[in-house]
Amino acid sequence: MAKVTLQATQPIDQYIHLGSMLWSLGLFVLAIYHLIPLDTPVTWSVDWLGALNIAFSFYIDGLSRLFILLITGIGALIFAFSGHYLAGHPHRHRFFLYLHLFMLAMLGVVTADNLLTLFIFWELTSFTSYLLIGFNHAAARSRRAALQGLLVTGAGGLCLLAGVILLAQITGSFALSEILSGDLVIHEHPLITAVIVLIGLGALTKSAQFPFHFWLPNAMEAPTPVSAFLHSATMVKAGIYLLARLHPVLSEAALWMPLLAITGSITAVLGGVLALKQRDLKQTLAYTTLMALGTLTALLSQPGTAAVAAASIFLVAHALYKATLFLSVGAIDHTLGAKRFSTLFGLWQRDRLFAFAWLAAALSLAGLPPALGFISKEMLYDSLLQTSGTSIWVLCALLLANAMMVALAFSMSVRILRPSPTAVRTKFAFFETGGPILMALLGLWLAMAPKALDQAMRTLLATWGDTAASEIIPLGLWHGINPALGLSLVTLSLGLLIGRFHARLYRRLHRLPMVSFDRGWDHFLATFVRFAESLTDMIQTNRLSRDLSWVLGTLTGLALLIAWNAPAWPHWEWGPAPLKLWLIVILILAGTMFSLIAQSRIAAITGLGVVGIGVALIFILFGAPDVAITQLLVETLLVVLIAVALLNLPTLPKQTGIRWGHATLALATGFVISGTLWGITTQPLDRTLTSFFEQASWTEAYGRNIVNVILVDFRALDTFGEIAVVLTAAIGAIALLKDMRMRKR
Amino acid sequence: MEALLSGLIGLLFAAALYQMLSGHFLRFLLGLVMISNAATLSVFVAGRLTLGQSPLIPKGADAPLVEVANALPQALVLTAIVIGLGLFAFTLFLAIRAFRRLGHLNANSALPGLRPRKETHS
Repeated sequence: MAKVTLQATQPIDQYIHLGSMLWSLGLFVLAIYHLIPLDTPVTWSVDWLGALNIAFSFYIDGLSRLFILLITGIGALIFAFSGHYLAGHPHRHRFFLYLHLFMLAMLGVVTADNLLTLFIFWELTSFTSYLLIGFNHAAARSRRAALQGLLVTGAGGLCLLAGVILLAQITGSFALSEILSGDLVIHEHPLITAVIVLIGLGALTKSAQFPFHFWLPNAMEAPTPVSAFLHSATMVKAGIYLLARLHPVLSEAALWMPLLAITGSITAVLGGVLALKQRDLKQTLAYTTLMALGTLTALLSQPGTAAVAAASIFLVAHALYKATLFLSVGAIDHTLGAKRFSTLFGLWQRDRLFAFAWLAAALSLAGLPPALGFISKEMLYDSLLQTSGTSIWVLCALLLANAMMVALAFSMSVRILRPSPTAVRTKFAFFETGGPILMALLGLWLAMAPKALDQAMRTLLATWGDTAASEIIPLGLWHGINPALGLSLVTLSLGLLIGRFHARLYRRLHRLPMVSFDRGWDHFLATFVRFAESLTDMIQTNRLSRDLSWVLGTLTGLALLIAWNAPAWPHWEWGPAPLKLWLIVILILAGTMFSLIAQSRIAAITGLGVVGIGVALIFILFGAPDVAITQLLVETLLVVLIAVALLNLPTLPKQTGIRWGHATLALATGFVISGTLWGITTQPLDRTLTSFFEQASWTEAYGRNIVNVILVDFRALDTFGEIAVVLTAAIGAIALLKDMRMRKR
Repeated sequence: MEALLSGLIGLLFAAALYQMLSGHFLRFLLGLVMISNAATLSVFVAGRLTLGQSPLIPKGADAPLVEVANALPQALVLTAIVIGLGLFAFTLFLAIRAFRRLGHLNANSALPGLRPRKETHS
């Protein structure tokens, strides 16, 4: 043990490294001693959005505890590994930060009670995994993989949100604990199909199920410890967690079984086939994860406790062997500089203990005794044999997938054990091989003394509120000669057959034309961007008439739509109008028409002047002399301005006929404005402000002209703003003119 | 009275928008003047109409003795008219500048350099 040294460059690195490891380990030990023995769920809640009945609440039952143990336990080993693996890396501190955030987000997912809290943590795992996958951000491949993972799981997350809200509407509660304990029969509710599809999309994208499986192998761009963590205990397992969590309430519904059984089976077989196609160890492992996730999904498609028990044991077995294998690949990559299948040759000669860990994990991968994988595989076959009907197809698919795992394990073991003339004893770093060895031994111990795991599984099922836990047969390597054992033997022989012809199969598979979902994703993204661009091109043309038409059309269309759906119309009434007003209106309309049909600029401006004076007359008629004066002044100024400007402007283009399209649009908009205004004036008016100004104008501000007092006293700041606007416009205009004069010279 | 003026305002808006839609910037400017008038008038009408009585407080009284015109929209309209002038003046000089620069005022031809450049996606 004296050889154990940290190669970290600074003491602070050692603190971060060991501190992270101990913190995670501490959580693990705490969970074992304080959570596992409890036979009731732990709840904890803080009020968050009281008005919406949303609480920041947690609910820790058997299933949560299982995941907590996996996350913190494997997390500790990942931290231990990463400290050494990334020693001296310029961004190692950032890496630890991301990894911590990721672990916490994952812990949040598996302990959240409120469905919206769960959703938030769910999205946090997507974000933090984005940072982790894209950790080598200088590499374009890495960035692409990170973005792809984020987009796929993020889109799934949005589906999950919609599904969760629907589920809460059906059950009347956002709290998982209430939904799970409720007596409400929801699997016949008309909306349940939508719930299952939406939540299913969330879980299936996260767990990289077919046809969303493509992001997971790309996520291998992440540093190896991240891959190990993502694949064994976190991220992709979040989807599985969600399926298992909702299994008691949703598994009875009609769509649950086919959806999960089909996607799970396809993913499992596809994962196996693609794994056989790889030469790179890390890629191979990525595809075996797909196979494991497919198996878990297919298992959870089955109703009943047996399937859940089998899934939970499979989860533990898979987490242990997958983390072992990934960390081992990281170790040989780091030490030997390669991670291809051929790198494995002579590993036994290099380091016996390390090779032993690898072999134990491979044994578990293949599902052979005395590894934990064997127990879980037996349970899997057993639970599938119990339920009849379509599960026979699932059974066949999973058997085939398992056989391919046997073949892979066989290929690995043969290479490890075969002596190689070039292999010499190699010293692997303690922190890099320690974890794998520990986990391999733990797996073997759990399998050979299954009592501990058996008890844990039973508490898990008990706190889950499931009474059928006692029907599960005790865990063990030997249950006598039974159908499950027979199926295991079939799997083994089929697997050895595939393994024997692996090399030939490899060449065949490479000649086979295959649809690339990864490239399909690129096509999808490109099409999406093109669609957005063409939409922008259509709406935002930079041609005045068309852009304005879009704005007016939308405004008018929306207004008409609202009017159409209005529950009640205002009471229209046509108040009598004095003759003077009629005359003024006719004057204004005449001016308008004159300005519209005018072919010369002077005529058009004259028409405008008539309109302006007509408006001023209206102000005079209705007791607004100040406004009328201002209006007349402004009209005069306008004429002066335009007269000066006309010297520098072109003449109006000749109008040929009426533009009917524009006329219709303009009239429709005018109609909507008229109607709105008329509707407003039929409603009672709140005169509170006006009467305040009337009362306070003299008594408080000592002015008898109420309008003036409002402008210069009560709303003086507004007037100040108005002056500022006019000044700014003037400065702008001067700047425009000045620059022009300089150009002339 | 409100109904009649509402109808008038709608027609003013329609005429103004018809001008603005023409695609020639000079007609757009004519429409802008008219739409300013229509907008101020609509604020005024929305505050209800009172014939003849200006919002003034007679000597010796603390408040208006009879019902007078709504003072609040008048104040708002005053501000709006002045700001409308500022806006128009600025747009007018913008038009002059644009004419100098481009040689025409046709706002329906794609202006150079105004189109958003397409980003290249890798």
